Amino acid sequence: MTLPLAITAPLSFVPLVAIESVVQRVFARVIAAHPGLFDRLADHAAKRYAFLPSDLPIGFLVEPSVRRISVHRKERAPASDARMEGEFVLLLALLEGRIDGDAVFFSRDLTVSGDMEAMLALRNALDDCEIDLPNDLARMSGPLAPLVRRAGEEIRERALGRVLKEETSQWN
Amino acid sequence: MELICPAGTPAAFREAVDAGADAVYCGFRDETNARNFPGLNFSREELRTAIAYAKQRKVMTFIAINTFMRAGQETLWHQAVDDAVALGADAVILADFGLMAYTVERHPQQRLHVSVQASASNADAVRFLVEAFAAKRVVLPRTLTIADIARLANQIDCEIEVFAFGGLCVMAEGRCSLSSYATGKSPNMHGVCSPASHVRYRQDGRELVSELGDYTINRFPAGEAAGYPTLCKGRFDIAEERGYAFEDPVSLDVMDHIDALRSAGVSALKIEGRQRGKAYVAEVVSVMRRALTAGAAERPALVSRLKALSEGQKTTTGAYEKRWR
Repeated sequence: MTLPLAITAPLSFVPLVAIESVVQRVFARVIAAHPGLFDRLADHAAKRYAFLPSDLPIGFLVEPSVRRISVHRKERAPASDARMEGEFVLLLALLEGRIDGDAVFFSRDLTVSGDMEAMLALRNALDDCEIDLPNDLARMSGPLAPLVRRAGEEIRERALGRVLKEETSQWN
Repeated sequence: MELICPAGTPAAFREAVDAGADAVYCGFRDETNARNFPGLNFSREELRTAIAYAKQRKVMTFIAINTFMRAGQETLWHQAVDDAVALGADAVILADFGLMAYTVERHPQQRLHVSVQASASNADAVRFLVEAFAAKRVVLPRTLTIADIARLANQIDCEIEVFAFGGLCVMAEGRCSLSSYATGKSPNMHGVCSPASHVRYRQDGRELVSELGDYTINRFPAGEAAGYPTLCKGRFDIAEERGYAFEDPVSLDVMDHIDALRSAGVSALKIEGRQRGKAYVAEVVSVMRRALTAGAAERPALVSRLKALSEGQKTTTGAYEKRWR
């Protein structure tokens, strides 16, 4: 499910520092909620992982050993050891383990490159962590928590429903 | 028939139990099991918790210790068996005769299953394993027809488990050296087939190129479903043609033959996929559970949902319905 231009286009103009501030808060929240997230990485924690949403003008670089995420414009992507590229909703679904990484690789909706051992370790670590973004985001939203959780779950249900429908329709 | 389901992580284990597994099979996070992939498998503590979760729900846990011991380093495998027994495994799945001997001598009460990696595919081999090591069940290689399985079942005194869905090994399991040839590492000795450390993917124009070690395994044109980078599913130039020398990128699915497998004497159906995510485990186990209780007419519609999860997005009945002999 490709994100609509109304959402993606403004990201080309919003200052990176503003986007990064929000992303880092969410990342910190997820790490706090899942302290064992990177345990399965072992030596691969020192690697740098790039996530490149194909429908966004920006990318994300995760460095597990220092618990850091950074945001960059795609044309100025920093060096990374392993890279994953796919639609933003697909990457979020993988983050939560709601779709099977191998299946979206077989369907060519996901592209991986670089250090495959590191990427596989991260995929397995994420899959075991049971990340629930609406719930994790709600915890950082104070009195708005119920609203954020409900909205997040609604968006996820719709987006995931479309992703799964698209996956299934490819072989029907 | 029992439904035997895979788990590579504690989260996948819980999904398998909740989705209707009769037993979940899994392994320790080391070279003792044939799915020794980065970030996968269980620590002793994780397995203790998982087994307790399963027992509360009357689901069995089988621990796969199904690689072959290296001379001089047997302690790693012996310790794995000792720990599996201490943790309360309902069965250990073994391939190495030496490890089977160790298990039956040290833990005579422990239920022992013969791994597919032992490649026991005839009555003499299975009878030997039953007599020598008190094996209670044999997991058959994916090289036999249903008629072969029926003939075998009449001649042996132990349960039969067969693969019903998932990744398809087309070689004589436990004896395949293709991965070892290309990378120096094999499922038999290191628990890895086509190890990720030797895999590279790259785009060449609109083609996705998969490489294993120094070998190009495949070039997938735009829009063509991809497969795993294993030599047995590689596309090669043979004489004047380019094609799959051994097998297409495809997964096994024999759910249309459940009744025939039951009649042949099969006790348990196994789902392959300890290396897959929990979403795969949840979906495949729940569909297979429904298929086992559904009528024959309803099964195709149920199981067709699983094609999207399959390698190359295609399925085959493989050798179970061998037509090429």
